[in-house]
Amino acid sequence: MNTTSPPASTVHADIAPWRPAFAFAFIALLLFGFAYSLVGTGIGRLLFPHEATGSLIEQDGVVVGSSLVAQPFADDRYFQPRPSAATYDAMAVAGSNQARTNLDLRARIEEARMQVAAREGVAIDAVPSDLVTQSGGGIDPHVSPEAARLQVARVARARGLAVEQVEGLVAAHTQPASFGVFGAPRVNVLELNLALDALPRAAGAH
Amino acid sequence: MTEAIVVLLLVIAAGWPLGHYLAAVMRGAPMHGDRVFGVIEKPVYRLLGVDPSEGMTWKAYAAAFLASNAILGVLAWVVFMTQAWLPLNPNGAPNMRWDLALHTAVSFLTNTNQQHYSGQAQLSHLAQMTGIVGLQVVTPMMGLALVVATLRGLFGGRTPPSASAQATVGDVDVGNYWADVVRPSVRVMLPLCLLWSVLLTWQGVPSTLDGGPVATPVDASAGMAAQKIPLGPVAPMVAAKQIGTNGGGWYGPNSAVPLENPTPLSNLLEMVAILLIPVAITFMVGAFTERRRFSALVFGTMLLMSLVSGSAAIWSEGHSATASDIAVMEGKETRFGAGSSALWAAVTTQTSNGSVNAMHDSLAPLTGLVTIANMLVNGIWGGIGCGLQQFIVYLLLGVFLAGLMTGRTPELFGRKIEAHEVKLLAVLVLLQPLVLLGFTAVTLAVPELTGNSNPGFHAISQVFYEFTSAFANNGSGFEGLGDATAWWNLSTTLLLVLGRYPALLIPLAIAASLARKRVTPEGIGTLQVETPTFALTLVAVIVILTLLQFMPILVLGPIADHLALSAP
Amino acid sequence: MSTTPAHAAPRGHHALLDAAGLRTAIIASFVKLLPQHAFRNPVMAVVWLGTLLAAGLTIAGLTSRGLGWTVTALLLVTVLFANFAEAVAEARGRGQAASLRRARKDLVARRVPSEGYTIAATTIPAADLRVGDLVAISAGELVPADGEIVKGLATINESAVTGESAPVLREAGTDRSGVIGGTKVLSDEIVVRITAEPGHSFLDRMIGLVEGASRQRTPNEIALGLLLLTMTLTFLIVVITLPFLAGFVGATLDPLLLVALLVCLIPTTIGGLLPAIGIAGMNRALAANVLAKSGKAVEVAGDIDVLLLDKTGTITHGDRQATAFHALAGVDPAALREAAMLASLADPTPEGKSIVQLARDPSRAIEEPPHARFVAFTAQTRMSGVDLAGDGTRPRCIRKGASDAIARHVEALGGEVPTELAARVEQVARRGATPLVVADGRHVLGVVELSDVVKHGIKAKFAHMRAMGIRTVMITGDNPLTAAAIAAEAGVDDVVAEARPEDKLARIREEQARGRLVAMVGDGTNDAPALAQADVGLAMNAGTQAAKEAGNMVDLDSDPAKLLEVVEVGKQQLITRGALTTFSLANDVSKYFAILPALFAGAIPSMAALNVMQLSSPANAVVAALVFNAIIIPLLIPLALRGVRFRPSGATALLRRNMLVYGVGGIALPFVAIKLIDLLLAAVFGA
Repeated sequence: MNTTSPPASTVHADIAPWRPAFAFAFIALLLFGFAYSLVGTGIGRLLFPHEATGSLIEQDGVVVGSSLVAQPFADDRYFQPRPSAATYDAMAVAGSNQARTNLDLRARIEEARMQVAAREGVAIDAVPSDLVTQSGGGIDPHVSPEAARLQVARVARARGLAVEQVEGLVAAHTQPASFGVFGAPRVNVLELNLALDALPRAAGAH
Repeated sequence: MTEAIVVLLLVIAAGWPLGHYLAAVMRGAPMHGDRVFGVIEKPVYRLLGVDPSEGMTWKAYAAAFLASNAILGVLAWVVFMTQAWLPLNPNGAPNMRWDLALHTAVSFLTNTNQQHYSGQAQLSHLAQMTGIVGLQVVTPMMGLALVVATLRGLFGGRTPPSASAQATVGDVDVGNYWADVVRPSVRVMLPLCLLWSVLLTWQGVPSTLDGGPVATPVDASAGMAAQKIPLGPVAPMVAAKQIGTNGGGWYGPNSAVPLENPTPLSNLLEMVAILLIPVAITFMVGAFTERRRFSALVFGTMLLMSLVSGSAAIWSEGHSATASDIAVMEGKETRFGAGSSALWAAVTTQTSNGSVNAMHDSLAPLTGLVTIANMLVNGIWGGIGCGLQQFIVYLLLGVFLAGLMTGRTPELFGRKIEAHEVKLLAVLVLLQPLVLLGFTAVTLAVPELTGNSNPGFHAISQVFYEFTSAFANNGSGFEGLGDATAWWNLSTTLLLVLGRYPALLIPLAIAASLARKRVTPEGIGTLQVETPTFALTLVAVIVILTLLQFMPILVLGPIADHLALSAP
Repeated sequence: MSTTPAHAAPRGHHALLDAAGLRTAIIASFVKLLPQHAFRNPVMAVVWLGTLLAAGLTIAGLTSRGLGWTVTALLLVTVLFANFAEAVAEARGRGQAASLRRARKDLVARRVPSEGYTIAATTIPAADLRVGDLVAISAGELVPADGEIVKGLATINESAVTGESAPVLREAGTDRSGVIGGTKVLSDEIVVRITAEPGHSFLDRMIGLVEGASRQRTPNEIALGLLLLTMTLTFLIVVITLPFLAGFVGATLDPLLLVALLVCLIPTTIGGLLPAIGIAGMNRALAANVLAKSGKAVEVAGDIDVLLLDKTGTITHGDRQATAFHALAGVDPAALREAAMLASLADPTPEGKSIVQLARDPSRAIEEPPHARFVAFTAQTRMSGVDLAGDGTRPRCIRKGASDAIARHVEALGGEVPTELAARVEQVARRGATPLVVADGRHVLGVVELSDVVKHGIKAKFAHMRAMGIRTVMITGDNPLTAAAIAAEAGVDDVVAEARPEDKLARIREEQARGRLVAMVGDGTNDAPALAQADVGLAMNAGTQAAKEAGNMVDLDSDPAKLLEVVEVGKQQLITRGALTTFSLANDVSKYFAILPALFAGAIPSMAALNVMQLSSPANAVVAALVFNAIIIPLLIPLALRGVRFRPSGATALLRRNMLVYGVGGIALPFVAIKLIDLLLAAVFGA
């Protein structure tokens, strides 16, 4: 089929198409990159202002954190988040990247298990994996419902609350797997702890 | 497992129409939407100074591809090295060192997105929005363009719209590179990215130009007085990274970070996005070549491998003996659990995406084996364009062997595969073990270079994973590797280039060489490639080829790691 | 091979090799260790270098002495086996060629100065003949060299060359004018122009090719060779890098075992047998009495899509036979018979003889009438017959010929052509037969029906070709009616009627333009361009020199259906290559499971879990894998020489079958074999 034409008048044969290449590079970075990002950001910001700005939680005009970023809790009155390889620094998010066969990992997990078991007053075997392992990003805001339940007794004791009340709060803050299929059930630690703080003081004081 | 099936069904349901739409876009014939998209395209062509209907020989096409990459790469490199002096840098990211910037530019240029930096701290918003996102949008479309040109060649070149637009005798017209990149960028990539950007924002992915506030944590006794919440125009970037089999995240640990992947639903959206275009391309093939059964072959073969590899990952991580390990959640996020993490690990390596929602370093060794094997095959769906291109390489090899076994000189679509084509194939076949094993051996021989975070067999896996990921243009990593060194930056930069350009250009050259040959009409003696028998033969060729070359290193790496773990 | 002609048996095609051949082959196996030969085959060259390396390691004391020499010996044996395979194939080819040559020695020639002479001017050794010399050959003499008959006709026994004992007729000025050196003239005397110097004849050249001396690798062989080279280099990289990887985890690997691993992984089975397969392809064609000018021609034959055949002599016997007499109304059938017989008595052609045969009364001897003057057929008159000086003064002239020629003849004599004749002629033609009109003087008597008899079994052969995906096209000068009738009877797919010689060429070009590979069978000088244009040109040995030079194969039996066998040989050759490549690569899986655990046994104890075959010891595992690797080569020599069986069926069915046998079998067999060898080793030598 290519035999009848005279030697291609319009076939592109210049081997160094620098002019379109230059133009294309700018178009790619400025139009397809920058302009697209601006439009996407604008639409997102417009439709979902809370989510677009980091799902921040404010109390009394102060940003106390984000639902999507774990923060450390030390006090016994609070539920503990998962250990963090980034020490909860969101600017330095990271996982441990330790292999299953890495003895350092094994030692760290063993130590964490003993600490958790001692703190919660349970057997070592009862400690769930997520509570003693570091998450992928280092700011996992969730713990598993088992990990939360494990802490109920201690938190209730420290706050002088009834175990059932704390259990109820945990249950209320437990999100199931989406549509029962996607992901895993979980409890947002920061939200749970803020809900604890928000409980009417009277409930536990007397 | 249910989640895997749902993801697959969603992807197929969306990929089917998308594939047909892609075929129409790449054919370049008048279609619906020409007026709307023309508003963007026409000025773009004017700026480029090209006529999008003009034909190109494969050499001109390749030259345009390489030239556009060269300029883009240099430009991005410069942006990364000067970002501190440029606007939109709310979190004060410093200029990148030249070798890290080079690696980053090449990594994004090759649709790999291997990251030796952490974006939230080391890139300015401007660098993310131009150098990163710009490349994330156009590089997958470049891969698509190359494979479409290759398909045109395999079927004898583009039928010229008019007699005047014909190629010179000998070299057929494989299409217009600029049109092949601009059309799908404007008509497919950007609309899908915008849609996903909004959907992800809905789920909680930040979408702002602010750098983010400093929060005051609730429990002061925990010792953290202030917590910076890094924000930015994250959602458009994450959309592009997933839709375009890019994989490079805004934040260091990628989609494991809650801000980048906040919920199981966003996780689902991102997984669908990872698979969407790669799967749609398998449907595009049939419509584009007007050979529906060819689509069935590509889709069927890839699906089979995908199911086997996906099941193996999910079994290993969530159901094998190692799943009850107390360390199972190390490197994983609570909201995803072991199952979703394993599925993601399989999917991201099958498609050459490379984003992660769990740290692959901490996966069970056999799951790690699956991810490495996926990247070695690099054609189970594969990257946009590159996956199908790699599939064509396997197809040529499979046809060569199977053709012989049916008693005919091997031919693909009626064109004979002879010494010249085999020579070109040999370059690709040889390149992979040469660079992967060669660089791994050199790095391991000089322990100062490795920068391992883990000892023993796993260290071998870490090094091999890094090179494999670079060469497969995947970008994920066993991230414990201390890889921000000059050795790692430069060696992987070389592998990124070797993994991208020969893999895209050699099949094009083969197709152009085949296009010049006379076509034998198919008869009953002709090997039918679109049959289950051939598909299984092809899978056997792919698996055996990979297995044979890399069995020793896989045995010394992940398998020995597994044996060590399961030993008492 | 079932298609081997029975007469070929004495040449030893059935036995793999006779004792003398075996000795030659064994000697050749060692000769081929010389570098200039060894490095022509990269796969085996690596094994050969591995042998030297293993010996070096053993001598240097870098490995255990016993295992070192065992491995060295096994590697050497592997190389020798591969050499042996090639040598056997070559020896078989030489054996076949030698028997062809034997007939051609010690001949003398009677050179004559010109066609007119038949008495020898000079008697010279055949070796002194030059191209263009004329030689006379009488009954009982041997043809001194290849040539073309320029005068006379003769029956010739070609059994020395073709093995076919029935004599053949060769005649000057026809398409069957070629004679072969070494064949015997049985009757008559001919003058032959020598067309090739003895020793350099067309046949000699082709025999040389078969012997392997000047064998060119075929395109597919080159392509496959490249692929095998690639795999070899790949495994070289795998093995060279392995010590560095193992060293990182503190494992030191025995270099001897690395050599063993390398040899087991590279595709030695197909690498060792590849040359043998190529030589055997040409040998098998020769066994079918087809001389191929190149291996490429045989290989291409496997791809043929369309076969063009001349009707005459190919589909039909060519010599049309009288099958019926049709007397016109009012004519005594006996008169027609008698006239037809008389007109044919002196007709030497098979047609003439068949008329006599059909017309005569078997109980009476044929008497030649007195005073008969026979009139031979000429292209001008297109009639033949006899003039009988009868009782009266006017001779009785009886003629037979094409209907228009007879009509002109009769009208010239003042006779009238009955209108009935046209209908009769048409009737015969419609049946696919040739009408021959007989006239006695001015009277048209009737029509002799000459039928072109379709060869026995030809329909089945065409059906066979159709099953392989080959379309057959018959080319004939006959009118469309006749052509269609014969086509239907023979079962060809398409027919070109009233074809002129140039139509053959045009048809071939047309098919090729549509991308098809075309084979052409021909014998005449006017077939030469078509034979040259076709992708496969099979010339009949009985045909003209021009045809033989133009084609790329010559069938010594002059049997056009022979192409079918060549096609099968071509296909078998490709299938054998593909099957053994698959087998070779599939074998590697089990070899890994034998050698990797052995390799890491000392340094990484947990690797014992990979010893799935439960081999008795690392040393035994390595030896067992190497033994399997070596002996599989001679075990597969018969398969390589015979070729993987080809069954005409769809490509997918063939692929499925071969993948199951050579792919799945290739993975499974060595697991079993290596385990058995290991059990044997453990029993004899202990763990």
